[in-house]
Amino acid sequence: MKKFFAMLLTLAMVLSLAACGGGGSQPSGGSSSNGGASGDKVVKIGVFEPATGDSGAGGKQEMLGMQYANKETPTVVIGGETYAVELVYADNASSADKAPTAASQLVSQDVSLVLGTYGSGCAIAGGPVFGEAGLAAIGVTCTNPGVTAGNDYYFRICFLDPFQGTVLANFASEKFSAKKAYLLGELGNDYDQGLLNYFEQAFDGECVKDSFPPNTSDFSTYLNKAVAEGVDVIFCPVSIAYSTQIVKLAASMNLDIPILGSDTLDSNKVLDAAKGSDVQIYVSTFYQEGGAPDFDNGIKAWLNEDSTAMTNNGGNDTIAAVTAMGYDAYYVALEALKAAGSPDKAAVKAALPSLTYTGVSGDIAFDEVGDAIRDTAYIKTADNAAGAWTLETVQTAK
Amino acid sequence: MQYAISILLSGVSLGGQYALIAIGYTMVYGILRLINFAHGDVFMVAGLMMVYLTASLPLAASIPLVLVLTVLLGFIIERAAYKPLREAPRMSVMISAIGVSYLLQNLATYITGGLPQMYPEIPGISATVTIAGVPTKWVTIVTPVLVLVLVLALTQLIHHTKVGMAMRAVAKDFETAQLMGIKINAVISVTFVIGSFLAAVGSVLYFTNYQSIVPLSGSLPGLRAFVAAVFGGIGSIPGAVVGAFIIGLSESVIKGSSWSIFSDAFTFALLIIILVVKPTGLFGEKVTDKV
Amino acid sequence: MKKTISKSTWMTLLCTAALLALVVLLENVLDPNKNIMVFTALKKGAVYALVAVSMNLLNGFTGLFSLGQAGFMLLGAYTYAILTIPVAQRDAVYYIYNGSAVNFSLPELFGGGAFGLVLGVVAALILGGCVAAAVAWLIGLPVLRLKSDYLAIATLGFGEIIRAVFQWDKLGPVTNGANALKNFPTFSNFNIQNANGETVLRLSTFTAFLLAGICIAVIVLLINSTYGRAFKAIRDDEVAAEAMGINLSKHKRLAFVISSFFAGVGGGMFAMFANQAQAKTFTTAMTYEILLIVVIGGIGSVSGSCIAAFLYVAASEWWLRFLDAETFVGGFKVPLLRNGFRMVVFSVVIMIVVLFFRRGIMGDKELPDLFKKRRKEKAK
Repeated sequence: MKKFFAMLLTLAMVLSLAACGGGGSQPSGGSSSNGGASGDKVVKIGVFEPATGDSGAGGKQEMLGMQYANKETPTVVIGGETYAVELVYADNASSADKAPTAASQLVSQDVSLVLGTYGSGCAIAGGPVFGEAGLAAIGVTCTNPGVTAGNDYYFRICFLDPFQGTVLANFASEKFSAKKAYLLGELGNDYDQGLLNYFEQAFDGECVKDSFPPNTSDFSTYLNKAVAEGVDVIFCPVSIAYSTQIVKLAASMNLDIPILGSDTLDSNKVLDAAKGSDVQIYVSTFYQEGGAPDFDNGIKAWLNEDSTAMTNNGGNDTIAAVTAMGYDAYYVALEALKAAGSPDKAAVKAALPSLTYTGVSGDIAFDEVGDAIRDTAYIKTADNAAGAWTLETVQTAK
Repeated sequence: MQYAISILLSGVSLGGQYALIAIGYTMVYGILRLINFAHGDVFMVAGLMMVYLTASLPLAASIPLVLVLTVLLGFIIERAAYKPLREAPRMSVMISAIGVSYLLQNLATYITGGLPQMYPEIPGISATVTIAGVPTKWVTIVTPVLVLVLVLALTQLIHHTKVGMAMRAVAKDFETAQLMGIKINAVISVTFVIGSFLAAVGSVLYFTNYQSIVPLSGSLPGLRAFVAAVFGGIGSIPGAVVGAFIIGLSESVIKGSSWSIFSDAFTFALLIIILVVKPTGLFGEKVTDKV
Repeated sequence: MKKTISKSTWMTLLCTAALLALVVLLENVLDPNKNIMVFTALKKGAVYALVAVSMNLLNGFTGLFSLGQAGFMLLGAYTYAILTIPVAQRDAVYYIYNGSAVNFSLPELFGGGAFGLVLGVVAALILGGCVAAAVAWLIGLPVLRLKSDYLAIATLGFGEIIRAVFQWDKLGPVTNGANALKNFPTFSNFNIQNANGETVLRLSTFTAFLLAGICIAVIVLLINSTYGRAFKAIRDDEVAAEAMGINLSKHKRLAFVISSFFAGVGGGMFAMFANQAQAKTFTTAMTYEILLIVVIGGIGSVSGSCIAAFLYVAASEWWLRFLDAETFVGGFKVPLLRNGFRMVVFSVVIMIVVLFFRRGIMGDKELPDLFKKRRKEKAK
């Protein structure tokens, strides 16, 4: 019996490997709900985003932007023919060891180009897979310089960590005349540590730097340390799961030191955590609600009628900047397809570098490395009475 | 000074919460010689249940319900995943425990969609109180007291009831106890019920303090609590409690120092040192209420 | 007797060679983009097979329950990456620390080109293994005195400590702190290109198979040697083994060090597969994954671990992916299917294997054993 079971499994493996080898690509991955809605021709856009793992929440919000854009514009005219756009998803689970297989999944499904991902670690791990397949990828909110450096096939539409760190450091000096800052990030997280580093370099004053181990939930010691050190600002560019805890804790401690955060803190979960308290939160981000009223109203209406989308957005209709970025990324992809004149991935790749597009988050153009040429960041502050973001200032790099 | 007090406070409350989890580890290990890797995840699931129950039920109904459901979960895990392997080598049972932990985490990811969940405010213990100029929550003060009460009740149970006697007998010698007519399976189930109950209480206290729950929320407190159980001498309840407070305090102190990135590493280094120098832990075999 | 052994050895060798040839053939015949999943799964499977076999050597053959595998893989991956990143790329990779403290790269030291690449990569992998082995020797001094689950938890803790050390920003110029190490040679660098940059011969999957195959072969030879028999004796009964004159501590340490060596090599190969090395990838969850592979394959079976590694990788990251997507059959939305469901199904499958097929796919048998039995039955 046992032996039979063993042989059966072995046989199954051999057979399926052979079958997949012979049969070519099978549509084993996800397919979008409205693929093939109109027209016979379908162009596929890969969505390389985390839906699980520690940046799952952010990845989902980013996908919302793409899904909404896909709903708004489900077709594209390429070279005189109308194609239906199909989004093909692959979950990279926020983990660098799952990213190469997720990326391969997209390559095998013959997508024309790829959008994503939320975090830089997965983009770096998946990038070479795309590069090898000659498939262009547009990073949506991966801000680490390492994503595009040395990879001709990776582009991105967001600003970079050095820029964001500098902007926040300047803001801290200007707004609060801060002389001493407490920097807190997750140990071993390249995003957090990179930003802390750039902040430290740009900040004119003393920095106390701390890192907490992954899966920490007790932040009271860290916040108390900041109080004891007598710092003027706290900078914690951590992922959503940690930032909600830090903000909650700060709220219950009645912390009066302003908290600065990066684009990850721009989430309605953070607003929820801060609601009704006196915590001052300032985040730098890509988009401020109200910047494009049509987009705002449209996506809010969609969120309110689609309950799954609403859940993925964290239960209310506050628009996260990553959603706006996802929305823009989709349209950049459409522009690239139009410019290429064919859904062929090599043509799309060739069309990307010279592309320009004005999206809801601003003008998008790529420099020679493939990074977006951007020099503005929105700094928002949490209005704790209303539970909404308000625009504080628009900061440019100096 | 204020800073020192704040570190002390957070250390004590952490220690109390670890203690409640550690007791579950130490009791199960005492009887089955099994590191119940899923225990930390049971703790996390208890937290999630609270989040979902309070969404539709009043708090007064959800707290008892969470306790009951968690106990049920612990009972089912033991019956489904550990009982069939009673005759199997210890490694198989441990692997089964790892499998359960994997399953619970993946289920939690599926249900929450990976989004952090906010634990509800519990009136009374969620309120803020100021001690010597340090603002903290009532739960910080309630925790050690509650731990003390529960541990006293537990030791009474173990020393002065029939079930307690049976547990001690099983812990001393599995087979002989069986021969003496003790219903092993019932005793083991009781152990899991008690462990899960304490984990549920621990989760109420812990998540009131640190309100956001993600699927991995249980793994780290779980591991630390296990280290605490080993530190105190595995199998010994007072040992687990003392160990938990030591681990909680030292974690807090290290986080407060400039070596904060090694706070986890320190916990494990401590574990290795204890295991090598004094494998029986602080309270070792001498304390005989090995349950 | 002697003849049958050599015969089966020849058969095994022949089969392995045929397998390698098949891999080369498949990779060059099939469309590399349409079938990329096959090759990605095969590459990852090969890496996991090696790591699983190295874990099996310890857990299955010597009876030492260690959970430090991810830690040793981390050591191997970092050593490999640090030694092979091209000098010209170092400033870009270590951009936060303004360049690396290690300013040479093995493939370049060996003269660059194809020859330098092969030699450099192999040397770096071996050195990665050596670092892991050296650390294992040090750790083993105190830790190996512990019994079963205490050993497990101590090695688990060790993995966590290693990770924290490698993420420490004071060591940044060497380890690149929290940032990923990248731009080092990966499996794809072994594809042979012509002058125009077009790939003429794809050897990336073959390279992964060859490296893993050689290492596994060495482990098999070790298991079949006197040392291997001593390991098994220790597993079955420590006291009896000691009475038979086997030096317990020496053999335990040997098994631990050798297993860690191959875990280190596997770690280096994992970095080659993942295109980057970053400490936060090597978590306890990874050790658990490998442990589950060992269990599914059968504790004490090398071929079982190999088969299970490929099955595990393919099932969890490829075949079951459809469970993650919301699917419509006609107008009917299939219930339950959404993100995360794949892993739920997968963990249920694992629980079923652990509970009901406790001996795994192969038990403690090897593939050739199965055929041998068949033949005997036929002879009857």
